[in-house]
Amino acid sequence: MADAHAKHHDYHLVDPSPWPLLGAISAFLGAVGAIMWMHGLSIGGMRCGPYIAGVGFIGIVYTMISWWSDVIHEAQDLHLHTRVVQLHHRYGMMMFIASEVMFFVAWFWAFFDSSLFTADQIDYARVAFTGGTWPPKGIEPFDPWHLPLLNTLILLTSGTTVTWAHHALLHDDRKGLKTGLTLTILLGLAFTCVQAYEYSHAEFGFKGNIFGATFFMATGFHGFHVIIGTIFLIVCLLRAYRGDFTPKQHLGFEFAAWYWHFVDVVWLFLFAAIYVWGTGGGAAVHGG
Amino acid sequence: MAYGAAFNPHAEHPASDSHAAHPTGLRRWLFSTNHKDIGTLYLGLAIVGMFIGGTFSILMRINLQSPGHHLFSDGQMYNVIVTGHGLIMIFFVIMPALIGGLGNWFVPLMIGAPDMAFPRMNNLSFWFTAGGMCLLLLSTQMEGAPGANGVGAGWTLYAPFSTLGHPGPAVDFGILALHTAGAGSILGAINFITTILNMRAPGMTLHRMPLFVWSELVTAFLLLLALPVLAGAITMLLTDRNFGTTFYDPAGGGDPILYQHLFWFFGHPEVYIMILPAFGIVSQVISTFSRKPIFGYLGMAYAMVSIGVIGFVVWAHHMFTAGLSLDTQRYFTAATMVIAVPTGVKIFSWIATMWGGSIRLTAPMLWAIGFLLLFTIGGVTGVVLANAGVDHVLHNTYYVVAHFHYVLSLGAVFGILCGWYYWFPKMTGYVIPDWMGKTHFWIAFIGSNVTFFPMHFLGLAGMPRHYFDYPDAYADWHFIASIGSYIFAAGMIFFVFVNLYAYFIRKEPAGNNPWGSGATTLEWTLSSPPPFHQYEVLPRITGGDH
Repeated sequence: MADAHAKHHDYHLVDPSPWPLLGAISAFLGAVGAIMWMHGLSIGGMRCGPYIAGVGFIGIVYTMISWWSDVIHEAQDLHLHTRVVQLHHRYGMMMFIASEVMFFVAWFWAFFDSSLFTADQIDYARVAFTGGTWPPKGIEPFDPWHLPLLNTLILLTSGTTVTWAHHALLHDDRKGLKTGLTLTILLGLAFTCVQAYEYSHAEFGFKGNIFGATFFMATGFHGFHVIIGTIFLIVCLLRAYRGDFTPKQHLGFEFAAWYWHFVDVVWLFLFAAIYVWGTGGGAAVHGG
Repeated sequence: MAYGAAFNPHAEHPASDSHAAHPTGLRRWLFSTNHKDIGTLYLGLAIVGMFIGGTFSILMRINLQSPGHHLFSDGQMYNVIVTGHGLIMIFFVIMPALIGGLGNWFVPLMIGAPDMAFPRMNNLSFWFTAGGMCLLLLSTQMEGAPGANGVGAGWTLYAPFSTLGHPGPAVDFGILALHTAGAGSILGAINFITTILNMRAPGMTLHRMPLFVWSELVTAFLLLLALPVLAGAITMLLTDRNFGTTFYDPAGGGDPILYQHLFWFFGHPEVYIMILPAFGIVSQVISTFSRKPIFGYLGMAYAMVSIGVIGFVVWAHHMFTAGLSLDTQRYFTAATMVIAVPTGVKIFSWIATMWGGSIRLTAPMLWAIGFLLLFTIGGVTGVVLANAGVDHVLHNTYYVVAHFHYVLSLGAVFGILCGWYYWFPKMTGYVIPDWMGKTHFWIAFIGSNVTFFPMHFLGLAGMPRHYFDYPDAYADWHFIASIGSYIFAAGMIFFVFVNLYAYFIRKEPAGNNPWGSGATTLEWTLSSPPPFHQYEVLPRITGGDH
């Protein structure tokens, strides 16, 4: 707050910060390292792609920890998050989730492009590969009513436990907050484990076929978001143990809950479209 | 929009901000959390990009000046320059100038806000954009197609050009450049929307907001919803290239047309992202120098909203020759033409604003009128191209090149320069002599028309895009187009001189408002340049509604 003495408004004029520059440099290094890694490129005979990517990744994680620590410090210790600033953060988080929704639109688009239009004669090369059906000929998909159904139940239950934690917090029931959060995190971890187990038993590959490509990239990006959401909730649990959050102000917790509901909803669409409809519930009918 | 009269005198901004407390040097510019400084950084990046991308276009015109491809030894190299020109101009010139640069500078000033909603994230947007630009420039030095450096797949990066055609890492650099710059733009969009919805000064309802702010609001929504789809599309490109997926490969059940759909679902809103802020600038300038409120303010604002909405449902008019069904082509033809309606509302409202106004033909006003004329030409050829039947003939010809340069090079870029001449006094505190801005305008107006108008004829005669050589029959118009581009380039060199002269040598103080009583928006109530943190007491807007 360079000149708090002169300001007569409730906005938060943030001090200069090194984290944006550090984050962008790290992202740049991560990108360069990843490309060198993927192509086996070397500098002076040394294949240093993985190391550059690693430095970039560590830099990004370090930036996130430092930056958000600053935000928590500003909110909690310096009381800079006035009501209007809190409203900014709500808008920001909502729009971040909106952009994430549009990201998943791309993966659903890829899925429906290939599963709805299986037998267009103009796509003769595709028809030759898929046999004009969905799932493509020779693909043995998962039974949706087995592990995927279990995972659906796990995620839906975790949606209720996070709401439990939220209501406990609103009633200043710290014990209930911690219990609800812990259960949510455990359910999130269980989901990830079940998903990993399922992946390892897939009868179809990731490479060389459109079914595996759409399945693994759509569910994989969802799984990645579940992991991010779980980390977000773990941070909230640690903060709850530290004594953060009040019944009146707990944006970090609320955003973790919003994010968690968002991955939940994405899963419901994935389950309905890719697992149920896309494995014989309807897609194959108009194909054959 | 008579803010001037309604402006609360008690809210005079004390120039009292203690300078000792303000960051200086590297800390100020590298770690910035100030919207004006970040805006300046963005404008600097756009100027650097303008000279790189502009040099690329001059190289193209030198090569095409006469038949025989005397500059480039092979077509791939030419296409690398074409691709670089397109990507740099779109992502690292027009967007940073209009949104990150002028938007950052003037949205908070015009709505009476002390800064953006998320000042730190604002800086992250800028550095992501800069990082993306570095990645893109690196890509030109990497192997793309076998035995050749750089990406020659066009700015659209269509598969299979960008997959089978370019096995080298250059395309991956391009993809991650777009990911990085795209992330910066999404964060910027979140910042703009939050700022505009939450930080308007007391009394400034949405319907009292200057049209430039409206244009940035609509643009930000387009960025927020369109860019993630591009991110998905190019992520699929990345996994197809490096990890063996077959999203775009029919041999594995995929579909290269899927890429085109995803790309243009982003790409079409993207062209509105580039032109809407220019609409906003031109609205401010025409109103200022006609000394009248803008004609049909609400219609102007909601025309931009409807252009933004309809812009999401017309994407496949870029793909008429890709094998779409006739019904699909019919729908996209009709939907595309609908866009001409709100666009027409805007054109006629600008003209009606000037009608009966006391017009002053200052340099920014000349640029605005130039924009009006040239953008209209580009819009009209757009309606021609919207017809799927006509497009089957003109697709991928120079007619299309002429069309989109009339809306972007002569539309968006004229809008940027219009804004630059309009707001240079506010940003720097110094006046640019009017005759210099006017001279630049006439050089640019003549140069760009001589460059791009003949391209209509070339396209109608069948000259295809992305070719580095051509039959003698096309030689005359190509020669004229090349001469025009040199004229435009001379204008840009003059532009650099103008700015250096005004800023470092002439130093004529601008005062708060060099444009007189027509300039009614809030930024003109501030000193030039404004204090480091403006509006420490928020202004109150009490003017009438529209």
